[in-house]
Amino acid sequence: MAPVDKSKVPWWVSNLIVPLVNLTLALLVSGLFIFIAGENPYEAVRLIIYGSFGYIEGFAYTLYYTTNFVFTGLAFAVAFHCRLFNIGGEGQAYIGGLGVFLVAINFSFLPVPIVWLLSIAGAVVFGAAWAFIPAYLQATRGSHVVITTIMFNFIAASLMVFLLVDVIRDTSQMGPHTVALPKEQWFPSFKDFAGLFGIKIRYSPLNISFLLAIAASVFVWFLVWKTRWGYEMRAVGHNTQAAIYAGISPYKNIIIAMCISGGLAGLLGVNEILGVHHKIVAGFPAGYGFTGIAVALMGRNHPIGIFPAAFLFGILYQGGSEVTFDMPNITRYMFVAVQGVIILFSGALENLFRPQIESFFVNRLNIKASA
Amino acid sequence: MVSPILELTNINKSFGHVHANKNINLTINKGTIHGIIGENGAGKSTLMSIVFGLYQANSGTIKVNGKEINLRSPKDSIINGIGMVHQHFMLVENFTVLENIILGFEGELVFGKNLEKAKKDLKDLCETYKLNIDLNSTISDLSVGFRQRVEILKSLYRGAEILILDEPTGVLTPQEVDELFKILRSLKEEGKTIVLITHKLIEIMDLTSEVSVMRQGEMVGHTKTKNTSKEQLAEMMVGRSVLLRLDKSEVKAGEVLFSVKNLTVKDDLDVTRVKSVDLEIRSGEILGLAGVTGNGQTELLEALSGIRKVESGEIYLEGKKVSDSQNFLDPRELKDKGLAHVPEDRQRMGLVTDFKAYENLIFGYHDQQPFSKLSVLNHRDIISHSQKIMEEYDVRPQSPNLITSNFSGGNQQKIILSRELNENPKVLLVGQPTRGVDIGAIEFIHQRLIDMRDRGAAILLVSVELDEVLSLSDRIVVMFDGKIVGEKDNKNVTDRELGLLMAGVV
Repeated sequence: MAPVDKSKVPWWVSNLIVPLVNLTLALLVSGLFIFIAGENPYEAVRLIIYGSFGYIEGFAYTLYYTTNFVFTGLAFAVAFHCRLFNIGGEGQAYIGGLGVFLVAINFSFLPVPIVWLLSIAGAVVFGAAWAFIPAYLQATRGSHVVITTIMFNFIAASLMVFLLVDVIRDTSQMGPHTVALPKEQWFPSFKDFAGLFGIKIRYSPLNISFLLAIAASVFVWFLVWKTRWGYEMRAVGHNTQAAIYAGISPYKNIIIAMCISGGLAGLLGVNEILGVHHKIVAGFPAGYGFTGIAVALMGRNHPIGIFPAAFLFGILYQGGSEVTFDMPNITRYMFVAVQGVIILFSGALENLFRPQIESFFVNRLNIKASA
Repeated sequence: MVSPILELTNINKSFGHVHANKNINLTINKGTIHGIIGENGAGKSTLMSIVFGLYQANSGTIKVNGKEINLRSPKDSIINGIGMVHQHFMLVENFTVLENIILGFEGELVFGKNLEKAKKDLKDLCETYKLNIDLNSTISDLSVGFRQRVEILKSLYRGAEILILDEPTGVLTPQEVDELFKILRSLKEEGKTIVLITHKLIEIMDLTSEVSVMRQGEMVGHTKTKNTSKEQLAEMMVGRSVLLRLDKSEVKAGEVLFSVKNLTVKDDLDVTRVKSVDLEIRSGEILGLAGVTGNGQTELLEALSGIRKVESGEIYLEGKKVSDSQNFLDPRELKDKGLAHVPEDRQRMGLVTDFKAYENLIFGYHDQQPFSKLSVLNHRDIISHSQKIMEEYDVRPQSPNLITSNFSGGNQQKIILSRELNENPKVLLVGQPTRGVDIGAIEFIHQRLIDMRDRGAAILLVSVELDEVLSLSDRIVVMFDGKIVGEKDNKNVTDRELGLLMAGVV
């Protein structure tokens, strides 16, 4: 097949049609899994949609998951624009959570909004610091960030277990978690907001961190496409040689990109600590850091893509738990497999059908233009 | 009695609009060392890649031992006894010599009998041709000279009767070259046929018994080496093509703006590429630096523009020292001081091809007003600036939002030139300004460079195109093997003299 002239492909074909085709294929394959497991795929889809949209708390759960995926997806994307594969979002989020908690508990004498701002800063600084070490090693020694960040995930997990067991554990309790933060510091939840308008709903973990996720998306868009820093990061990522020629330091930009990436991952701690648990619980990042990679890849590393991709994964998480609840043959792990299939089709096999789809549309448009 | 082992008839090959090989006829006799000589881009490597099956000719026939063969891939060539040692070695760095040689020819799933036999055969080959290679050493531990021997051994092991070497000495030290030549001679004595692609006349005179000369895709002559001379070959190689005529006023050179004293530069592999070079460029003149690729021009340009570290020596800009081995300004600081650089390799260095045109039009100047204020990029000004200079420099299409890789080579080059010239630099370093650029754009680019000169800039023009150097420069220096081997005033120099200097003859 003759290669398609890239400049002739309309943006909506490569950025909308292709991902949608990939997603549809992934869902078809997933449906096959469910069918083999002995359940009705159609019914499963109905349950997913009901579970994630059908009632207000379900929808709130979906948005709560979305919040986490937006943070970790953005984190991956920022580093990726500098062609750094930061798969350490999990560890950076974990350490970011530590930052949130330490700031909140130590500055509890300050007015609450200031504590919140400081805690968010704490999350960013701690997450960034955890990303700084691999970044520094990459920039000065060429130690590949893929290797170092994944090792730093393990180090973060071990460090946090140590802290939660031996240093900052709530000694009045058995579990590996800290004491709770003072109640006035807790982020207002969706339930509280609904209450203000006289709507009574049951608990959901959705809280104002969702707004922070929107703000973070705007920030990343602005940073990457509208500032000198983003410009330099992308230059280093696309062509390091040319960057050096233009006087742009790869060293500096690798470190900046990784630190911003780590800081964004750290924001997951804000959602989890201030918004949901109100204390550090062992293992709270729960794999969001890894799923964020898929979210970013699916969203083509652009906030406008990452947000819907995060929402899609939110639907799968929330709808998936609904399905496992109602369908005994479907376990939680089935849904991990479904996620895997989506990652496979939208990430690894992203270009599988791209040439066919693009040439189809290009030919169609040419016919129309010449007619 | 000589008999032809390889016969090429009417070989044609085009890449897009470039006709790399035009009706090539070539006969190579068995048991000879046959040189193929020509300038960069003359089509030597393309021709040999066709013989090795890497490219397919558009038309023409290839005969080996009188039998017509069809070469679709290197595998076909290997079967027909043709081996090739490329300029860039095709070896797996972390494999041993043995592993590299049997790669693809293992012949068994679990190593055992065949491996032992291979070892024995290889030892015999090493013995016969005095290759002196330890089969168990890892490639990454070997010097370049030894890696090349491994490539030769690999070809021999696969049954090569004809061995093609593409610029084999470009990466070698003089001692290694001597060793290589010894090996090639002993190969010849054992009845192998060797095709040597080179642009170095000394090697041709030293080693070959027959020589063919290529120029601009055509075969322009065959002769016995003993019947010719370096001078004659150089003349054939450079040819007498008509120079592009440019409206150029008399040079009005002013004070020295840029000078280099005793500069030595090493490349990434720690090989000294620039050896004690002195240069002086005055305001209002173009200094042409001629030379065959790989004689240190790239490293020199990189050092002058602040990309590569200076090993020793000094660089002065407007009489002030900007760089030596201890302190050096980076490319951005040099830009601020009025030095602009159009790099030799535009796609590798001059542009980010994935960027939009407007992003490349501010590349390197993106942190200056009005493009960026408080680190926020000012899109409106960038776009209007881009539109303005794209119009001025006739970049087509004039769409700042188009991704740069969608522009043609000539227009990409115009993007770089417009960016660098627009800043009105005092000193301009230009590498291969018209490489791969169509004729129309060449004229335009040349005229712009002359305009810059007339406005009083000091320009260093590095080019492998002799015509270009001759038509643009006011003074010409020739670089060979990292050294400046001659300086000529443009008025009284012939292309033949330069050709000899470039080939390292005088």
